[in-house]
Amino acid sequence: MATEATGGGLEFHPMDQFIVKPLFGAGDVHWYTPTNVTLWLALTALAAIAVLVLGTRGRAIVPNRAQSMAEMAYGLVHKMIEDISGKDGLRYFPYVMTLFMFVVFANLLGLLPLAFTVTSHIAVTGVLAMAVFLGVTAIGFIKNGSKFLDLFWVRSAPLAVRPILAVIEVISYFVRPLSLSIRLAGNMIAGHAVIKVFAGFAAIAAVAPVAILAVVGMYAFEVLVAFVQAYVFTILTCVYLKDALHPSH
Amino acid sequence: MEGNIGDLGQYIGVGLTAFGMGFAALGVGNVAGNFLAGALRNPSAAAGQTATLFIGMAFAEALGIFSFLVALLLMFAV
Repeated sequence: MATEATGGGLEFHPMDQFIVKPLFGAGDVHWYTPTNVTLWLALTALAAIAVLVLGTRGRAIVPNRAQSMAEMAYGLVHKMIEDISGKDGLRYFPYVMTLFMFVVFANLLGLLPLAFTVTSHIAVTGVLAMAVFLGVTAIGFIKNGSKFLDLFWVRSAPLAVRPILAVIEVISYFVRPLSLSIRLAGNMIAGHAVIKVFAGFAAIAAVAPVAILAVVGMYAFEVLVAFVQAYVFTILTCVYLKDALHPSH
Repeated sequence: MEGNIGDLGQYIGVGLTAFGMGFAALGVGNVAGNFLAGALRNPSAAAGQTATLFIGMAFAEALGIFSFLVALLLMFAV
């Protein structure tokens, strides 16, 4: 994967940051081995809990910084579900909020130097996406019974077009967990790898100032991307939830 | 220079998937540009449509990311 050194000490190992390693010592990774993924997953959960539980502990009328962050996140997700999934989607607010806080903190903690980005692994995002997909499908069938299949049989379209639309709808339905997980992981992998590649160019004295400026610029962009991708993940969950609650187009 | 012709084809194929990135860029730019054009005509309606903007961007971007997936499959699965 990593490119060979091309003379002048210029070495690129942009993908090395995504290697799963055991935390203590070296050796094989088994399912019970504490790895860097375990560590950063735990830190992600702790950071989310710290902001949401400890931050709002004061319950001040004029909130401090942590409390206003927690309130803004709550308000954002609450409004998102209400606008997109409708009032009856608010029953699923706790799950969507958890999802948003987990993804946003995993993305942001991954940006710390020497950190490990858990959301850059399709295994992690795949589980999140499959949980959303299976949950939403179950909700759809429980709430609507066989009417849920109206999602694929578009009654507002002319009869002749419906079979073709059904095929397209079925494909686009089953590609959801794939696109949801690959989008998040792909964005994280690409962004972090680009930063590493620019950092590699800093070894050449002639272009070092440009490379360092580029790293700063990319880093700022990645902070934005980290938030936007968490937002997109959550908003698509809301869209899927809307389809499950109100399947008729 | 040595190596087999299959590897060459594989790497050319992986490089060609970068076209997917360019076309996804066209799609995302189209979404954002049209949103801005609409938002400047009617700024009061713009705030309510940011969610739609992000959904549209996400869908346009997803197909570009599938080209990344094809690249990964070519590199590691074929």
